[in-house]
Amino acid sequence: MAIVSLEKICKTYHLGSIDLHVLSQIDLTFKEGEYVAIMGPSGSGKSTMLNLLGCLDRPSSGRYFLGDRDVSILDDDELSQIRGQRIGFIFQSYNLIAQLNVIENIEVPMFYQGVTERPSYKRARELAETVGLGDRLDHIPSQLSGGQQQRVAIARALANDPLIILADEPTGNLDSESGGEILVLLDSLHQQGKTLIIVTHDTNVARRAHRIIHLLDGRVERIEINKKI
Amino acid sequence: MVWFRIKRTIKLGAKSLWMHRLRSTLTTLGIVFGVCSVIAMLAIGEGASQEAQNQIARLGSRNVIIKTVKPAEEQQSTADDSTMKTYGLTYEDAERFRATLSYEVIVPSRRINQQVWYRNRKVTVEVIGTIPWYPEIAPIEIMRGRFFGSIDLHYQHKVCIVDESVIDEIFIIDDPIGQDIKIKDNYYRVVGIVTAVGPIDTTGETANGIEPQAGPSRSGEMAGGIMGNVYIPLSAFKSSFGEISIQMTAGTRQMEKVELQEVTVKVPSLDMVLPTRDILEDMLASTHKKKDYQILVPLELLRQAARTKRIFSIVLGSIAAISLLVGGIGIMNIMLATVSERTREIGIRRALGARRRDIIIQFLSETVMLTLTGGVLGIALGSLIPYLVERFFYMPTVITGFSLILAFGISGAIGVAFGIYPAYRAAWLDPIESLRHE
Repeated sequence: MAIVSLEKICKTYHLGSIDLHVLSQIDLTFKEGEYVAIMGPSGSGKSTMLNLLGCLDRPSSGRYFLGDRDVSILDDDELSQIRGQRIGFIFQSYNLIAQLNVIENIEVPMFYQGVTERPSYKRARELAETVGLGDRLDHIPSQLSGGQQQRVAIARALANDPLIILADEPTGNLDSESGGEILVLLDSLHQQGKTLIIVTHDTNVARRAHRIIHLLDGRVERIEINKKI
Repeated sequence: MVWFRIKRTIKLGAKSLWMHRLRSTLTTLGIVFGVCSVIAMLAIGEGASQEAQNQIARLGSRNVIIKTVKPAEEQQSTADDSTMKTYGLTYEDAERFRATLSYEVIVPSRRINQQVWYRNRKVTVEVIGTIPWYPEIAPIEIMRGRFFGSIDLHYQHKVCIVDESVIDEIFIIDDPIGQDIKIKDNYYRVVGIVTAVGPIDTTGETANGIEPQAGPSRSGEMAGGIMGNVYIPLSAFKSSFGEISIQMTAGTRQMEKVELQEVTVKVPSLDMVLPTRDILEDMLASTHKKKDYQILVPLELLRQAARTKRIFSIVLGSIAAISLLVGGIGIMNIMLATVSERTREIGIRRALGARRRDIIIQFLSETVMLTLTGGVLGIALGSLIPYLVERFFYMPTVITGFSLILAFGISGAIGVAFGIYPAYRAAWLDPIESLRHE
């Protein structure tokens, strides 16, 4: 069952008199529980793709269905709502909120969905334990290592049980050891049935996915199916 | 649910503000001083108006008070040192008032500071010689017994009425009614007890120009150890003290003859106060060659007090407005800096599902928390100012609950007014740009 489908997605920026076609005519579908990697050199439209998939941006034309909803026509408030409910973000630079501790960081997406105090705390605690940070609940990000911070970010991405998890170079800032741990964690999420979309230029990361979508100049260059898995 | 959101928002705001304690503190100073001025302004204004009202209540708003004053030229004359000076209000004046103003209560009085004795105890009081209608123009009430009547006045009966504070001084356990007290050379029988006239205006000079000893109700504990008032019939006063007083100053001796110190006219309604004052003014001007009288209109003092209060309010109000404005601009400035510092945080929150209005609420509540903290500090500090004003400038002040609430409300409103723009700036940042922000 297709959980994400992109139909003739275009994204065009107008720079003065020049029209810059960052994405053109993208047609893609992702199934539920799929593990997809998006690769491509810089300037290939990876970031724009990620922003569109993450509902941070709207396509210039085309339609984007996330679950049962066409999100390409939503307004800002509705998009915020969708981001909070259906998308879990994992960023390269973790993007935790500096003044909040582990629990509070994990609670942020739940706060914006109106989850009340007790269930929110309970869920955040469970998630922190799942990612192996049960003993660091009141640490603030600056007291944690990069790998630990990224694990907090993963826990946070899971908070509202989203439809898709979008990861943008999740191991980009990490050494190979903690990067490996993060990839194992992502694998385990996939095994639990989560839909994962990872944007990366690291083939070692991409290799773990079912499908690898190669972007070039705003188009899908080729789709590689990983037969080993 | 709502409560949890509020709690979270406050906690987050407090954390963020605490991260920049010094900056937050300095930022609130403008609000602190502004709120201080608001509190001080209202306290001084309220003090002035309450004092004026108290004095009016004592002096009687429907009263016109004519007082004897020593004419100016005689105060300077030193050449004829033993001649008799005759000045001031006379019985004839009082009669003339009575004949012209047929409807009013007209009460002449004389007063002198005197020691009175009961057995072996003495107390210095103000002895007031007056007529039976005195209680109508003064803020005294008969507690026990009676005031003296027309017959006492006519036959110069040696009766007196004492007030509570005198009783406390000399009749410790004895029942004062029926006792005799000695005033100068005569014994007077106590026939009634009246309420004490509390101290008026213990501060001497006042903002609204009422002299401390004005009015028929000169108070007890104030000057010269005077503990209270004793009232006797005017006729008895006259026979007992005469009308001539001798003043010895630096080797010169001066005799003065004063018939009445004061005549109080009570008119039936407030709108007759000023016309009556004019009539009396004309009458006195035509009969007195020297300006040896002064007309006091308590109602007018009230208006003067209102004018003074208005001037104070304008001055302090401008200070308050300017410092609140400057404080508000300072806060806006800091909040704009905060927003650009925390652009990334805003981007993260937007990505995690925060709507624009959530961001607005976050930054607006942070600003309001900042200004409300300033407001509380300002209220604390501002409550000290009236105390200092009272202590060093002898001006009465009153801090009302309303002024505290108002000051608090103003600081909150400043937070909203100057926080809204930075909050909107934050909310309208592009989430993609913000996430990329370093």
